[in-house]
Amino acid sequence: MIVSVASGKGGTGKTTVAVNLALALALEGTTSVDFLDCDVEEPNAHLFLHPVLETSEPVTLPVPVVDESKCSGCGICADVCAFHAILSFGNRAITFPELCHGCGGCVRFCPEGAISEAPREIGVVETGWVSCVGAPAVAARAAEAAGSVGIARSSGLLVSAGSTAAAQAIRFVQGRVDIGAALAPPVAKAVRGKVGPANGVVIIDSPPGTSCPVVASVEGSDYCILVTEPTPFGLNDLTLAVDMVRELAVPFGVVINRAGLGDARVTAYCRQENIPVLLEIPFDRRFATSYARGGQLVRDFPELEESMRGLWRQIRTVAGPLPEEAEMAR
Amino acid sequence: MKELLVISGKGGTGKTSIVGSFAVLADNKVLADCDVDAADLHLLLSPTVRKTNEFRASRQAVLDPARCIGPEECVGPAECVDAGQCSAWAVCAEVCRFEAIGPAGRAGSAARAGLPHIVPRIDPISCEGCGVCARACPHGAISMEEVLSGHWFVSDTAYGPMVHARLGVAQENSGKLVTQVRREARSIAESQSLDYIITDGPPGIGCPVISSMSGVDFALIVTEPTVAGAHDMQRAVELARHFGVKTTVCINKYDLDEAGSEQLEEYCSSQGIQVAGKVPFDEEVVSALVRGVPVVARGSSHHAEGKAAQAIRRLWSSIESELAD
Repeated sequence: MIVSVASGKGGTGKTTVAVNLALALALEGTTSVDFLDCDVEEPNAHLFLHPVLETSEPVTLPVPVVDESKCSGCGICADVCAFHAILSFGNRAITFPELCHGCGGCVRFCPEGAISEAPREIGVVETGWVSCVGAPAVAARAAEAAGSVGIARSSGLLVSAGSTAAAQAIRFVQGRVDIGAALAPPVAKAVRGKVGPANGVVIIDSPPGTSCPVVASVEGSDYCILVTEPTPFGLNDLTLAVDMVRELAVPFGVVINRAGLGDARVTAYCRQENIPVLLEIPFDRRFATSYARGGQLVRDFPELEESMRGLWRQIRTVAGPLPEEAEMAR
Repeated sequence: MKELLVISGKGGTGKTSIVGSFAVLADNKVLADCDVDAADLHLLLSPTVRKTNEFRASRQAVLDPARCIGPEECVGPAECVDAGQCSAWAVCAEVCRFEAIGPAGRAGSAARAGLPHIVPRIDPISCEGCGVCARACPHGAISMEEVLSGHWFVSDTAYGPMVHARLGVAQENSGKLVTQVRREARSIAESQSLDYIITDGPPGIGCPVISSMSGVDFALIVTEPTVAGAHDMQRAVELARHFGVKTTVCINKYDLDEAGSEQLEEYCSSQGIQVAGKVPFDEEVVSALVRGVPVVARGSSHHAEGKAAQAIRRLWSSIESELAD
C-alpha cells in the first residue's frame, strides 16, 4: 500500500508525519516499510532517519547531440522542439541542454539522421536502510551479516537472526536534484521507480505545492495524507492541495499540525467539505525543539507513537488490507 | 530600482510573513508573489484585483477519436517500423516518452461510444506538451491545443501595487508564470518610477525558484534553526551562488534553538554571508496572520509592538541600507 504525505504549504510538518508514521509502523513490526523521499529539491527525511546509504545512481535525461557533418540546417528540429532547447542557425543546430525535456522529437524527426542523444545528469537516486532498533542501521547490518538478507529482500521483512521479534528496518530511497537543474519531476519519478508493487507499506514524502513535482510524487498512491496548520496560510494551501488530490482521484484525509496555535477555520473547512481530520498534533515547544535538532518524535514522546498508530488505523479503514494480508487471507 | 527576492529553500520558515511586513515598511515599491503554486501573500495584504489575465503557456495533445483508427490497426509508416521506431499499440503511444498515452501509465485505453474500435486515451496530467505524438500520428488524429494553466493578477493594496498569480492545480510551467509575474512587476516599477520590487519566492530550489532568481539584485534567505532549515538554506545559498546573486540571511524563530542558531551563524560567516537579522518566535506573528494583517502593521495588535515585529523592523533597515549600496 502506497501512502503519500503532501501539503500545499511548505513547513507544515509533512516530513515529521511521514518519518514518524514510518517509524511507528516499523517499531510495531507487523509489516515491511519502505520510505521514499520524493522532495528532491530539498530532501530532508534523511536528517531524521539517518539511513545507511548503499547505492547512488545518477538520474539522467536524454538530450540531443548534433552531428554537424550531417546537419543540413533545415531547421526542422527547432520547429519540432516545444521547449526552445534546439535552434537552427545557418547550417548548424545549437542545443540548450538545460531547457531540454528529453522528448526525443528532434532525433525522431531530423530528416538527415544528424541528431543522437546523450545522457545529461540532473540528479541522483540513493537507496539504503534505516534500522529501527538500537543504533541506526546496526541491526540492518547485523541481520544482513547473519544471512537473513535473502528473507529480507524476498518478503520485504527484515527479520533479525535468532529472534522471533521483527527487528524492522525501513528500506530508504531518496532523490536529489542537482543545484541549478530545473527538472525535479523526472528525479521524483526515478525515486518512485525504485519501488515495485509493494507487499507492505510504502510511505512517500512529497514536495510542497500542487504542481508537476507533487503530482509525480502523489499520483498512483492508495492514500494521501495532507498535512496542514491551523492558520490562514495553511487553510489556503490546503484547499489547493485538496483540489489536486481530488483531480488525481486519490483518497485522502487531513492531519492538523501545531493545533491550538492559530484558529478553527481549517477544522470548519474540513467539516464542511466532509474531509476526515485524521489527527491533530498539538503545538508544543518540546516537539518543536526535538524536531529542530533532528529528533524522532515517536521515540522522544511515546504519546506520539500512539498518535501515529491511531492515524494508521484510520487510514486502514479507508484503504483496506495490505496486499500481503490479502494474500494470507486467501 | 532594486529587486529583492525572499526565498528559503525549506517551506514554512516565514518568508511570506516577512515579505508582508516589508510591504508595510518599504516605501515606493511593487510587490510580486512568485510562489505561484501556493500563493499566500494576498492573505496578508488583502489586494483589490484591478486586472485578471489568463495564463496560457502550455499546450496539450488532444485526440480526435473520429480520425483515430485505433491501436489494434495503427502501426507507423513502414520505414519507421523497419527502423525500430514503431512497433505495436499505436504510434502515438510508442513515441510518447511521458507515459501519457496508453497502455502504460495512467492513460490506458478507452472505448468510445459510437466507434467500432477503442482509441488511446491521452492523460492530460502526464502530457508534457512536447507535440511529438501529434507529428508522429500517421492519420493526423492528434492536435496540440493551448491550455489555460492559470491566472495572474495586477492589484492594489494599502501598501502599493502587487502582482500575483494562481497556477491551475496539477499544472506545469510554474517557471513561465513566475517570469510573467516578474515582468509585469518590473514594468509597473518602471512606469511609476518605484525604488523596489519586493518578491516573495517559492520554496525549493527548482524551476520556479530559478525563474525567480535570474537577474535579481539581492536575495534574502529566510531560515530557521532546525536541521531541515539549515540543510535547505545551504542548498539555497549554493543556488544563489550558482546564479551570482548577492545573498544575505535572516534566522527566523532563532530562539527555538539558540545553539542551532549559532551554528547557522557560523555557517554563514564561513561562507562570507552576512546575517542581516534574527527574529524571535512570537505567537503574535500567528495572531496577526489569523487577523490577516502583517505583524508590523499599525493596529495589528492591541498591545505594544511585540519582539518579532521589532526585529523585522531592524531587519528591513539593514536590508534597505544594503540595497542602497
